[in-house]
Amino acid sequence: MPQDVWVLGTHMTPFRRYIDKDAVDLACTAALGALEDGGVGISDMDILACGTLFQAGASMGQQVQKQIGQTGIPVYNVSNACATGATALRTVILAIRAGEAEMGLAIGVEQMGKMGLLAGGSREQKNTYEPSGRFGAVMPIDGILGTDTMPGVFGQAGMEYANDNDGVGFEQFAKVAQKNHAHSALNPLAQYRKEFSLQEVMESPMQSYPNTLLMCCPTGDGAAACVLVGEERFASLNPEQRARAVKISASVLTSDPYVASGQAQPDVNTLTRNAAKAAYEQSGVAPGDLNLVELHDCFATAELIHYDNLGLCEPGGAGDFIDRGGPWRDGETPVNVSGGLISKGHPIGATGVANVYEVTTHLRGEAGDRQIEGANVGLTHVIGLGSSCAVHILEKSAS
Amino acid sequence: MVDYLVLGDEPYLQVNECKNCGARYFGRRNACGQCGSQEFQQARVSDTGTLRTFSIVHRAAPSIPTPYVSAIVVTDDGTSVRTNLINIDPTPDKVVLGMKVKLATYVVGTDDEGKEAVAFAYEPA
Repeated sequence: MPQDVWVLGTHMTPFRRYIDKDAVDLACTAALGALEDGGVGISDMDILACGTLFQAGASMGQQVQKQIGQTGIPVYNVSNACATGATALRTVILAIRAGEAEMGLAIGVEQMGKMGLLAGGSREQKNTYEPSGRFGAVMPIDGILGTDTMPGVFGQAGMEYANDNDGVGFEQFAKVAQKNHAHSALNPLAQYRKEFSLQEVMESPMQSYPNTLLMCCPTGDGAAACVLVGEERFASLNPEQRARAVKISASVLTSDPYVASGQAQPDVNTLTRNAAKAAYEQSGVAPGDLNLVELHDCFATAELIHYDNLGLCEPGGAGDFIDRGGPWRDGETPVNVSGGLISKGHPIGATGVANVYEVTTHLRGEAGDRQIEGANVGLTHVIGLGSSCAVHILEKSAS
Repeated sequence: MVDYLVLGDEPYLQVNECKNCGARYFGRRNACGQCGSQEFQQARVSDTGTLRTFSIVHRAAPSIPTPYVSAIVVTDDGTSVRTNLINIDPTPDKVVLGMKVKLATYVVGTDDEGKEAVAFAYEPA
């Protein structure tokens, strides 16, 4: 039986645009903060995993070491689309479970600036048409054979759910964004902290129906880090460290299994359902036990379908769940009380670590104005398109 | 504009179909993603189908005309197709989930040597 793994220390930078810092600065801030929070130092670390997507070739983990401590430990530089940060976290968990490390540091970082749309780049008009690529296409297919843009791809994922289930439409999707913007007003780490009415959300500029501007996450910069420790080493820590530690009851990573429609559009549902099922089994936690959930709301349409994929509502009932206020911070299962990707921000590599920071902070009772009172158990979820899904379940320390 | 659109008097879409499990794919294959078989045969896709899902894209790269309707169509033989929906007003009032659609083709561009690129899309049936 592999040993249990605990979050000993964690830290995140505020998410926003940092003009006078680089990604190494942000990663170091998060890493040093997490070490200090855990009451340990870089020399205690047996492994370091660093996730970043757009600088995946930059040996970011080693760059961080050169700033905060070159101790010669193994470094894993990780890239896995929007699941990058969670994959870095899981890399350290795997090393501890395998017995190769007692304590390790997981970092997620991204500096995106104002990137705009992340896919569906400009259409270059070739002078002569020659077939190329797997489809023998003579020009980029984005905009001619459907869309590559993320607001559109996730718009389609939402409308597919609307096709299969009653009571889901533009207004239900908009309510998700209204909620997350409202939640973010309480979070000093969020990139945006402004509340909007449902009407303002629905009337903001349409990006890809049904996702308006206020229903899409921004690009941005930021970093988050966690110090993880295995059970054996955990037992030797002082009572104060142990009392603030949070147990990782489940850690799951899935990829998308074959579905017939997968060659036409990404299936973000099946791998999420598989990950959730495995995580609930691993932890013995049921969806009804969760006091808070941080899930991957890259777009409002995505959040709504994940209520169902994660079992937070009755099957097919995601529309009713948002209509009755279920995922609001005072509802049945608070979802994205940080403001979510939509308003807290989504510096891609940082996201999957930052949501563990968020849940850990609530379980410790240290979340300030946005604290969910009495939170004992929480779930984090990210999706990287392509696809990967990571789910972690965290529980408050009993020691 | 793609090699799985077969042109002629009656243009149609062509898939690589796994001989073992029947999974259908557009584009070049190394093996089957469902069963791993490396044996494929070509098959003709039904020209008619229904609108499975869509998004009306208002924001895209500068050279791409907007708004346009991006769609996933499931043809009558159960093949999922990534496509645009054309000859329809690009508004949520007109684009209706589950509507019947049929294959259409049109010239999408002409290169410097006068060669035309023909694209496919679906339109209301």
